[in-house]
Amino acid sequence: MNAPVPTPARGAASIAERLGSTGAESALELRGVGKRFGALEALADIDMRVKPGERRAVLGSNGAGKTTLFNCVTGDFPPSSGSIRFFGEDITTFPPQERIRRGLRRTYQISLLFAGLNVIDNIYLACCGVSRGRFSFIRPRRDDALMASAESLMRVVHMEDVKATPVAELSYGQQRQLEIAMALAGAPRFILFDEPAAGLSPTERRDLVDILTGLPGHMGFIIIEHDMDVALRVAESVTMMHNGRIFKEGKPAEIESDPEVQALYLGGGDG
Amino acid sequence: MALAEDRVLKGGGELGRAPGGWEQRIPASWWVVGIILLLVPAFAGGFTLNQIFGWSFILGMISLSLMLLAGYGGMVSLVQMTVAGVAGYMVAIFGDSAITGISQGWPWYVAIPLALIVAVAFGSVTGWLAVRTEGIYTIMITLAIASAFFYFARQNYVIFNGFSGFNGIFPPALFGVDWRDPVAFYYLTLFWAALSFFFVLYISRSPFGLALQGIRDNPRRMAALGFGVTAHRIAAYAVAALIAGIGGILLTWQSAQISPGTAGVGPVIDILIIAVIGGLRHPIGPFIGAFIYVVLKTFAIDALTGLGLGGERFQLLIGIGFLVIVFWSPDGILGLWEKWKANRGRDPLLDRGGEAP
Repeated sequence: MNAPVPTPARGAASIAERLGSTGAESALELRGVGKRFGALEALADIDMRVKPGERRAVLGSNGAGKTTLFNCVTGDFPPSSGSIRFFGEDITTFPPQERIRRGLRRTYQISLLFAGLNVIDNIYLACCGVSRGRFSFIRPRRDDALMASAESLMRVVHMEDVKATPVAELSYGQQRQLEIAMALAGAPRFILFDEPAAGLSPTERRDLVDILTGLPGHMGFIIIEHDMDVALRVAESVTMMHNGRIFKEGKPAEIESDPEVQALYLGGGDG
Repeated sequence: MALAEDRVLKGGGELGRAPGGWEQRIPASWWVVGIILLLVPAFAGGFTLNQIFGWSFILGMISLSLMLLAGYGGMVSLVQMTVAGVAGYMVAIFGDSAITGISQGWPWYVAIPLALIVAVAFGSVTGWLAVRTEGIYTIMITLAIASAFFYFARQNYVIFNGFSGFNGIFPPALFGVDWRDPVAFYYLTLFWAALSFFFVLYISRSPFGLALQGIRDNPRRMAALGFGVTAHRIAAYAVAALIAGIGGILLTWQSAQISPGTAGVGPVIDILIIAVIGGLRHPIGPFIGAFIYVVLKTFAIDALTGLGLGGERFQLLIGIGFLVIVFWSPDGILGLWEKWKANRGRDPLLDRGGEAP
């Protein structure tokens, strides 16, 4: 260790890291992540490891910090402290688009769709964002590869019937489905679903569970969900959050029967 | 005349999938307008061709570059006339003018591309500064840059020849045509105006244009789809600068001169007024606005002096027109047209638009 270690060029290091990242042990690794908004501590000391392909539910009452956690992971706003690694690569300071281009995806709790555009255009835009074609000045042709992938995503979420409908005219449930289709664009490696079932009818919930359980096995995700029926059917592990901290982690059955969790959820004084 | 077409081009919503050949996708009214514009020189005199139509096309192009930024990108840039002025100045400096002490006299195929490169670079740097701001701050920073250029050009005699600027700047005699001839100049400006119009219309549905509109509506979501919002906005400034730069060169040729006043604060704001009067939602808007502005500017003086008022009060007319538009139709003349069409198609019993699906 006495000999000076040659430091490889910065680019070379990151390429090596990224090559190594395919065999990373965790898809997402959070260490000591915290987020403050002025005096409000929205997140504190979040340590979390999610394996590639793992499906995890994040539960917690309103204000527990679940969406803030997602925002830190996707870079909508950076964490105040701690580090975030995505397939081994430190993405803590990356702008959102760089995280997305590495295979991270998310949906939003409140639909953030492009109301003036129709269904297929929204999905097409999502496909463009993660491809090199995002600066293209050429309109898509009949055999456009991105358009073809947009159409296949549209079929995944069963929206063929409303292909040309402007988003503003879609039902709430359809907008949620569209959010999911957009999160599946490109080659996602890990997806964050922010309350995808909120406001859906029972039938739509069943469709949602089918879509989520039907995702390819290598595609891990974290789902924020209040509906235990949905959350526990699609997730193999559960993280319970409370007041910006991780409160419990475990298998769905353990969490469901945990007395503290039950007290919090059923008799909770500050829910 | 443009919105029905707009619906057809955007129509059905499916990108590039309209049935039939391309000639069937262009509505009849477009053919009519196109043929009329091509035939105008048969009826109109030199003054009308140069001072009304030529000028409208040029101001329309410069406003079109603002429409691209403001309408699709949500960025109100007051620097577009300055970009045009930069291109005009560069053509005078690199090419030929009556100020032989400064003009380099390089051939057109060097001077014009170089002028456009400088204009695009100027527009991109302005964009790079401006895209970090939103709303009123974008307006302020671009206005500051525009004013700075105006005062710099007026005080710098080494490069910009100060207050008097350059005169004697003529288009090159390409293809054996004297482009200063009103008919030739009419077709020259019509060609570039039409080209930039169709270019903007075309890219509005390309990934670049769609993403620009997405960024206007929701920059945060676009970043979450993998788009680099800042880079995309700067690219839009560069594209707009190219259009404004071509307009600026034509503007310089039209009057054969360029001076600081060409890109003064007044003209800079006129470009915004033109775009707002015409409408920012479709590329045809700036051309409608420019035509109205030019007609008012040209004939209001005569009308006002005829009424015994001062001729300089034509600005008052434009100002009143601007107020009326902003109050009654924030989408400009295009918005009025859309409203009228919606009302005409309205079924009084069902009280809904006739075009509703």
